[in-house]
Amino acid sequence: MSFINYSSREINCKIVYYGPGLCGKTTNLQHIYSKTNPELKGKMISLATETERTLFFDFLPLALGQIRGFKTRFHLYTVPGQVFYDASRKLILKGVDGVVFVADSQVERMEANIESLDNLRVNLAEQGYDIEKVSCVIQYNKRDLPNAAALDEMRKLLNPGGLSEFEASATTGLGVFETLKAVARGILHDLKQMSG
Amino acid sequence: MHDTQLVMYEEDFRKVLAVTQRLVKDANAKGIFVVDRNGQMISEAGEMRGIDTTSLASLTAGSVAATGGLAKIVGEEEFPVHFHQGQRDNLHITLIAGRIILVVIFDDRSSLGLVRLRVKKAGAQLAKIFEEIQKKAEQSQAQGSAGTPFAEITDEDIDNLFSV
Ligand SMILES: Nc1nc2c(ncn2[C@@H]2O[C@H](COP(=O)(O)OP(=O)(O)OP(=O)(O)O)[C@@H](O)[C@H]2O)c(=O)[nH]1
Ligand SMILES: [Mg+2]
Repeated sequence: MSFINYSSREINCKIVYYGPGLCGKTTNLQHIYSKTNPELKGKMISLATETERTLFFDFLPLALGQIRGFKTRFHLYTVPGQVFYDASRKLILKGVDGVVFVADSQVERMEANIESLDNLRVNLAEQGYDIEKVSCVIQYNKRDLPNAAALDEMRKLLNPGGLSEFEASATTGLGVFETLKAVARGILHDLKQMSG
Repeated sequence: MHDTQLVMYEEDFRKVLAVTQRLVKDANAKGIFVVDRNGQMISEAGEMRGIDTTSLASLTAGSVAATGGLAKIVGEEEFPVHFHQGQRDNLHITLIAGRIILVVIFDDRSSLGLVRLRVKKAGAQLAKIFEEIQKKAEQSQAQGSAGTPFAEITDEDIDNLFSV
């Protein structure tokens, strides 16, 4: 749920990176952080375990520029992907404007991808959101790995509805900004629709 | 969408700011912050310039959300007040009208009793202001608020955002 502030002429939107454990959500944010000019970004916060698994969330505020005289800010969050952190995932999804579903391309993670996508659907529905309505894009991450599944295969399993989709390798940054742009664009389109 | 969007106009913002600024004095506080439940900073006042308010807002919202989750597990609707005591500074966090978070940072120039007392009054005022904001938002959503700057957004505008 975006926050429009006419007083400071700002608009704030919330983007959540969702997906199974170790699929590369945190790595996406780290790449965005490392490639963004200092004046456009705030501090990145990672609430993580000692082994660098996300415990509650990562948070990265971005100020991208102006649109119609309004400063446009995006707050990027990741959820913890490990199955047993479901209660935390629900909390982070609250008030979301757009979702990036990060899938792990490794063949042996396909079941985890499907499970996580189902979990996303359930958790969105619980809050009265519909995955088709919230601006949602799919990222097929870890395309660089030799055990990556064929794209067609993944599409069939994870994206039958034909959401915008991107191949990525978050460790090198390939596809990371393309994904972010697509979800941001979707959110701004929604906003336009709502004001129309 | 499920919730109505939070839209804040200049006049609403001034009202919120006035309450925030008064509370700094009334409670002898170092800093007052009004944060949206989703982690957006709405208003601030006090002497704590230069701290990272974006992070403060997001972590406060995360903490309130986590505590709210805990409340449900033990059968409470909410734990609306949180208090963290530090060596020097203390943090008093209140959830107002289920939607807005009021953060008070104070040291030994004030006391928990005083903060509690003043927060009660300011909280009621904020609740009223945000109820009005909410009403306005619902009305304008029902009418379809053409004429907001976002009705005019073009693909080009959006692309330009990323050209930096
Ligand atoms: N080869 C390869 N490794 C990747 C890629 N993206 C992430 N990784 C690695 O995968 C591991 C897990 O990445 P994270 O970003 O921490 O995963 P996460 O999704 O945040 O995991 P949780 O916090 O547990 O939900 C790290 O060792 C990353 O370096 C990629 O595109 N290619
Ligand atoms: Mg992570």
